[in-house]
Amino acid sequence: MQDYTEIQSPVKSCDTEDDLSPIRMSRRYDSRTTIFSPEGRLYQVEYAMEAIGNAGSAIGILSKDGVVLVGEKKVTSKLLQTSASTEKMYKIDDHVACAVAGIMSDANILINTARVQAQRYTYAYQEPMPVEQLVQSLCDTKQGYTQFGGLRPFGVSFLFAGWDKNYGFQLYMSDPSGNYSGWKAAAIGSNNQAAQSMLKQDYKDEITREEAVQLALKVLSKTMDSTSLTSEKLELAEVFLSNGIVKYQVCSSGALSKLLVKFGVTQPAADAS
Amino acid sequence: MESVFGLVGKDFAIVVADSSAVHSILVHKTNEDKIMLLDSHKLMGASGETGDRAQFTEYIQKNVALYQFRNGIPLTTAAAANFTRGELATALRKNPYMVNIILAGYDKDIGPSVYFIDYIASLHKVDKAAFGYGSYFALSMMDRHYRKDMTVEEAVDLVDKIIMEIRSRLVVAPPNFVIKIVDKDGAREYGLA
Repeated sequence: MQDYTEIQSPVKSCDTEDDLSPIRMSRRYDSRTTIFSPEGRLYQVEYAMEAIGNAGSAIGILSKDGVVLVGEKKVTSKLLQTSASTEKMYKIDDHVACAVAGIMSDANILINTARVQAQRYTYAYQEPMPVEQLVQSLCDTKQGYTQFGGLRPFGVSFLFAGWDKNYGFQLYMSDPSGNYSGWKAAAIGSNNQAAQSMLKQDYKDEITREEAVQLALKVLSKTMDSTSLTSEKLELAEVFLSNGIVKYQVCSSGALSKLLVKFGVTQPAADAS
Repeated sequence: MESVFGLVGKDFAIVVADSSAVHSILVHKTNEDKIMLLDSHKLMGASGETGDRAQFTEYIQKNVALYQFRNGIPLTTAAAANFTRGELATALRKNPYMVNIILAGYDKDIGPSVYFIDYIASLHKVDKAAFGYGSYFALSMMDRHYRKDMTVEEAVDLVDKIIMEIRSRLVVAPPNFVIKIVDKDGAREYGLA
């Protein structure tokens, strides 16, 4: 991205179509999502991904007996009423949930389409939508915005946690370009690379759900900017089987506080790993 | 006249259909296959208006194939049945297909199953089902002789009895029948290896 600094500068000079100054020329390719730059890149899509890099992070871990999602809530003001429901975790259907990083208003649109897709599938086939199909349908929507209509892409990454009868527990990550992939452990949002490499180090194939919760909280405590981890800054949700039926469960604030103490991650996470 | 029926056995399902293509009082041919293979483990026996039957069953077959291409996993028999029902229900208020369907399938986790779907889009999971004029005899015979734990031999024996009954009691009995079976090894015509 050699002209990155240029992109950061005010955009007003490229507003008029007849402005053919050199600056205008070099920016020709980032004002439109649907146009490749000469280097073969889609700048708007890359900027969308950049935007997610600053959003509150979320971590997902796949375990033998369930999928764990942990999210960081950004507390913007202490005057802000903390919502009773979750901010980053959303139930899509009885067997699928997702964690969000990025622009929440964009995410709400996508979550709504995902829910509609899931219900449409159930309406057509009278059985729950396979997880990957749900992810794929949502990513098709995302992809559309990088190619058609002269609109901007969705500034959202998702972690999908779900279960279906074909492939059992699954974890998927998706980005604004519409790419998605299945993971054993994944991180989105700020510091996702640090989180990802810690997960890579500590993940074991035979991990249990409880261990996954512990690992997720540990990783998040080390990658979050804030010095001490409290339950107000976190969200924890799990997808697991109970008596053969898929369950989505959000951890209450009280239970989360207890977990943080139990796993010893409430202390300031200043020590380098 | 038309006779399509099916039943669930111990670890298989069987579908039988007459093979006459009739128009008005004329028989055009007697080797028409009215049981379509939807995929490797699904059979769709259909009776009704010839054109509608051919069109609709092929439409379902192609959609089941499309699903498999797109998603890499097959539809379950239940999902295929519900999809078929949905298509008939949508068509019902526009330009209805005159088809009655017996859908049989085998799923790894569920085992064999038979679904009864009629042209007014009702759907029932059943152990035994029949359509057409032959259904009067088929249903009666199955009510008397059917058991849930029938072997293939016993089921085929029952099928033979039903066909005999249709031939001896129905004025316009069709001369030939096709028997198809679906089990863990897939769907195939009975008697052809």
